[in-house]
Amino acid sequence: MPLNVQPNFHDPDRRRFRDYSAGDDFYELLIEAHRGLDEAQSAKLNARLILLLANHIGDLSVLREAVELARERD
Amino acid sequence: MGESLRGSSPHAAHRPKFAYRRPPELGAAAAVRHPVVVVGAGPVGLAAAIDCRLKGLPVVLLDEDDIVSIGSRGLCYAKRSLEILDRLGCGDPVCAKGVNWNVGRTFFHEREIYRFDLVPEPDHKRPGMVNLQQYYIEEYEVERAQAVGVDLRWKNRVVGVDPHADHVRLDVETPDGRYAIEAQWLIVADGARSPLRRLLGLDVEGKVFRDRFLIADVVMAADFPAERWFWFDPPFHPGQSVLLHRQADNVWRIDFQLGWDADPDAEKRPERVIPRIRAMLGDDREFELDWVSVYTFQCRRMAKFRHGRVLFIGDAAHQVSPFGARGANSGFQDVDNLAWKLQLVATGRAPDRLLDTYSEERVAAADENILNSTRSTDFITPKSGMSRVFRDAVLELAERHDFARRLVNSGRLSMPTVYEDSALNTRDTDAFAGAMVPGAPAADAPLEEDDWLIDELGGRFQLLLFVDHAGELPRPVVDALAVLDRLPIPVESIVIARHAGGAVANTRVLVDAKGVAAERYDGRSGTVYLIRPDQHVAARWRRFDLASIRAALGRATGHDAEV
Ligand SMILES: Cc1cc2nc3c(=O)[nH]c(=O)nc-3n(C[C@H](O)[C@H](O)[C@H](O)COP(=O)(O)OP(=O)(O)OC[C@H]3O[C@@H](n4cnc5c(N)ncnc54)[C@H](O)[C@@H]3O)c2cc1C
Repeated sequence: MPLNVQPNFHDPDRRRFRDYSAGDDFYELLIEAHRGLDEAQSAKLNARLILLLANHIGDLSVLREAVELARERD
Repeated sequence: MGESLRGSSPHAAHRPKFAYRRPPELGAAAAVRHPVVVVGAGPVGLAAAIDCRLKGLPVVLLDEDDIVSIGSRGLCYAKRSLEILDRLGCGDPVCAKGVNWNVGRTFFHEREIYRFDLVPEPDHKRPGMVNLQQYYIEEYEVERAQAVGVDLRWKNRVVGVDPHADHVRLDVETPDGRYAIEAQWLIVADGARSPLRRLLGLDVEGKVFRDRFLIADVVMAADFPAERWFWFDPPFHPGQSVLLHRQADNVWRIDFQLGWDADPDAEKRPERVIPRIRAMLGDDREFELDWVSVYTFQCRRMAKFRHGRVLFIGDAAHQVSPFGARGANSGFQDVDNLAWKLQLVATGRAPDRLLDTYSEERVAAADENILNSTRSTDFITPKSGMSRVFRDAVLELAERHDFARRLVNSGRLSMPTVYEDSALNTRDTDAFAGAMVPGAPAADAPLEEDDWLIDELGGRFQLLLFVDHAGELPRPVVDALAVLDRLPIPVESIVIARHAGGAVANTRVLVDAKGVAAERYDGRSGTVYLIRPDQHVAARWRRFDLASIRAALGRATGHDAEV
C-alpha cells in the first residue's frame, strides 16, 4: 500500500459534520502535547511519537516513502 | 477591542443617520409595559426585532446611537445567515449588493502554496457565503424593521435595568431626558461590551488572545479579483499573517497581524498604515484608506444566555475572534433559535422552560464557534516555538499534499450548528442515511420553476411527507394532517412528491423534480420529517404515525406530553 497523502483523519467514535473537524482535533492534540515543554523535551516527545507511529505503520515501503517526502524540502 | 481613529470614513460618511423622535413615555406618570423590548440595534438586535414582529409580537427596539456600524466590521456572511435573512425578508438586498467569491489563495513566505475553489455545491438557493460591509446589512435590516412595524428608538440609551418576576424595568436616557419602560421580555443585544450585562452583574468568561490586528478598509479602483488571499509570514510583513478580502463598492478588507507588542495608537496612523499597504500591493497601485482600527480578539461567553426574563443574544452573549466569521453569523442563529420559543412562551402555548433550551442549544453552538475560532487563532498565531515548527511544516507540506491543505487553518468558515444533543430532539427509531439528523438545519433543494424548498420552510412547525405521487397518500393520513393543522401549536403539512400530478386536500404539494430533496433527506416514499420554526429537524420517521408526531411536537416545545 503506498503512503496515503489524502486527508485521512477520522474519528470512529463520533459523528463529524465537517470535513476538517477530525484533523483539527488531531492538530490540537499534538500542540497540546507539547504544552509546557522546553525545546529538548519537545524534541524527545517528537522522537517517541515518530517511533510509536512508525511501528504502528510497520510497512517499510510506506515508511521509506514518508521519510523521502519529509526530506524533500531541506 | 478596537477603537476607530478615523471617524470620517468616506464610505461610512454617506451612510444614513436615523431620526430620533421624542418617546411617548417621556414625562408619563407610570411606565408603560411592552411585550418585548430589544436593546441594541446592531445586526443581531435588528434581526431579533424583525423576527419577533413577524411572529406577531409588538417590539420596541432601543439603541443609544443613530447610525449604522462605523467601519465595515463583519464582512463575511455565510449561507445559513442568508437563509435566515431570507426568512426575515432582507436576504435579497444583501445578496444583490454582496460580493460572491469562491477562490481562496494561500501564500507562505514568497510563494503561493495552494489555491482552493469553493465550487458552490449545486442546487442551493444561496451561495456558501457573500462578502458585504456590516453597515449595509444593518441598513437593510433597519428598512425592514421599519416596514414590519418595529418601534425603533434611536438615541435611547439604557442606563438602568431592574428585573422582576413578571417584567423587567429599564431606565432610558434620551436627548430630552430620562424615562422608564417595562418589558415582559427583554432581549439584550448590546454588543461585546454589553453595558446591560454589567449592570446586571453577570460574568462572561474566556480568554483574550495576546495579539493585535490592524484592520483596514481600502478603496481601490483596480481590477483586483474577488478572491480571498491569506499570507503566512510574507516578505512584506515578516513573521506575521495578512488577509485580503473583497467587499462591495471596490472596498477591500486588509488584516495585518501585528503581534502583542505593537502600539495600537501608533499603528492606526495613516503614515504607518499606508506604507504597510503599499508594501503589500506594490508601488503603482492607487488606493484610498477608508477605515482603520486595531483590535485584540477574545473568545468568551456567558455561562447561560437566559436569566429569567432577560435573554442575551449576539456578541453580548458570546464573542469570538473573527477568523471563521462566526460573530454576526452565530448571532443570526441565536435569533433564529430564540424568536419562535419566545413567541410560544409569551403567548402561553409552551412552558417557560422552552426558553431554557434557547440557552442550552446556543451555548453548545457558542462552544463550537469558540473552539473553531480558537483553533484558527492558534494556527495563525503559534504560541510556542514547537507550535510554529508544526505550523510551518503543515504549510510546507500543503504545497504538495492534500492532507496538509486540510490542516491549514486560517479560519473555518461559519457553518450552522447541529443541535445534536438537544432535549428538544426526538431520537431516531428508524434507520436514515445522510446529514439530516434530528437537530440539523434543514437542507435546501430545488423545486419546480426555480422555487426552493428552503423558502417554503420556517416560521411554524411543519411536517414534510415524502411520496412518489401526491395521490398515493392514504385517506386516514390526509385526515390526520387536518388534525395536526388544528392543534394549539399548529403543524402545517407539506407533501414532497417525487413526480408531478395529483393533489392533497388542503395541503401544499411540492415537486422534487430533480430528486435532490429525496437524496438530501434520505426521503423514500412514506418518510416523514417534523421541522421546527427555525428550520431545524425535530424528528423523522419512515412512516406516518399521528401519536408519534404529537409526542415529538410536545417534546420540541418543552411539554411533558403530547400537545
Ligand atoms: C474586524 C472585525 C471583523 C469581523 N468579521 C466578521 C465577519 O466576517 N462575519 C461575522 O459574522 N462577524 C464578523 N465580525 C463580528 C461582528 O461584527 C459582530 O459579531 C456583530 O457586530 C455583533 O452584532 P451585535 O448586534 O450582537 O452587536 P453590535 O453590532 O456590537 O451592536 C450593539 C448595539 O448595541 C447598542 N448599544 C450598546 N449599549 C447600549 C445601551 N446601553 N443602550 C442602547 N443601545 C446600546 C450599540 O449602539 C450597537 O448598535 C467581525 C468583527 C470585527 C471587529
